[in-house]
Amino acid sequence: MKTGAEQGLAGRRKFLGLAAAGMGGVLLAPGIHLIEVAQAATPAVTGKVRWGLLIDTTKCASGCSDCVSACNTENGLDPRPSPTSAQWIRKVEIKEIKTGRSASVPVMCQHCAEPPCVDVCPTGASFKRADGIVLVDRHSCIGCRYCVMACPYKARSFVHEPVSDQKADVPRGKGCVEGCTLCVHRVDKGGTPACVEACAKAGHHAMLFGDLNDPASEISQRIKAVASRQLRADLRLDPGVRYQGL
Amino acid sequence: MHCGVRCQVMRHPLAVALTLVLLIATGAAIAGEPAGRTPRPAIEPATAGTQCLASPDVMRRDHPSMLKHQRDETVHRGVREARASLKACIGCHASAATGSVAQAKTDFCSSCHSYAAVQIDCFECHSSKAQRTTALAGTGQP
Repeated sequence: MKTGAEQGLAGRRKFLGLAAAGMGGVLLAPGIHLIEVAQAATPAVTGKVRWGLLIDTTKCASGCSDCVSACNTENGLDPRPSPTSAQWIRKVEIKEIKTGRSASVPVMCQHCAEPPCVDVCPTGASFKRADGIVLVDRHSCIGCRYCVMACPYKARSFVHEPVSDQKADVPRGKGCVEGCTLCVHRVDKGGTPACVEACAKAGHHAMLFGDLNDPASEISQRIKAVASRQLRADLRLDPGVRYQGL
Repeated sequence: MHCGVRCQVMRHPLAVALTLVLLIATGAAIAGEPAGRTPRPAIEPATAGTQCLASPDVMRRDHPSMLKHQRDETVHRGVREARASLKACIGCHASAATGSVAQAKTDFCSSCHSYAAVQIDCFECHSSKAQRTTALAGTGQP
């Protein structure tokens, strides 16, 4: 129940909000607005969501590297990677020797629930966001590369050379460790990662992005229905990336 | 006592007049300084029709802490497109000629920072160029 004073306060707030909104359109002089656009910031992330990926290895085509090139383009990575270039996603060809069955799988940061890269980071630069995305805060990364050693998926890279022409949403620089961000700048605005989009565009639909915590989401429905596994599940890191048909 | 000595000196009319003259001369020297001796930074105006977060004197003093606060909000809590973000600053303050805030010596950030001899580290990693067209989220389309 609201008290009278609280209701009055709420009413006043509403009025002030409306007044502020009205002021937004006030024209001071031709072409000069008092407040140009009321820019809305994206809301802070919460632990209600856990972002994850399901990769269907039966649909992933051998020889196709659209996800890798989409990642490079989106994040401003080296378009022609050298052996020392940063690599956020890579295609791995696997073959079972006894049966001869082969599969091609994209491997990137697995966004573990218990990330070893976070455990070893001496500065707290490697961290896990509330929504399960594992990131590097470059402002505090000292480039020690402990996380590179700790990651069992080889998902982290070190930037050796000066970088220029970075993307506005993806700051990158020499001396920092980096890895797949699950295209956090797109996800925060309601989008999906660039690799998932590229895979769908190529007609493979091998990658599915979604909220693992929401039982109604497509990814939750799929992992409930089909057999999928986490890479190196024996390490009990609980990765957010799952593979189907391995 | 010291005070007594000083008071006696100040009581002398000549000393008082001399002090006044000195004070006025110093004031005039401070007020008249901008005329040429120290080159002042040429500050390029922001994009017409835009409104800054705060007045210029507040922004001059507090922009580092504003940016620092917002960067943690963005990196750790995913609060993007906020008004105090570096991207928003660049959006309004990028030079018309270079499209950047730190490329040429006369660009918005670099002109003041070179005057104050304060190194900017932001653009070692961040793009200093304005994103003219904002990419549609999740579509990859510019």
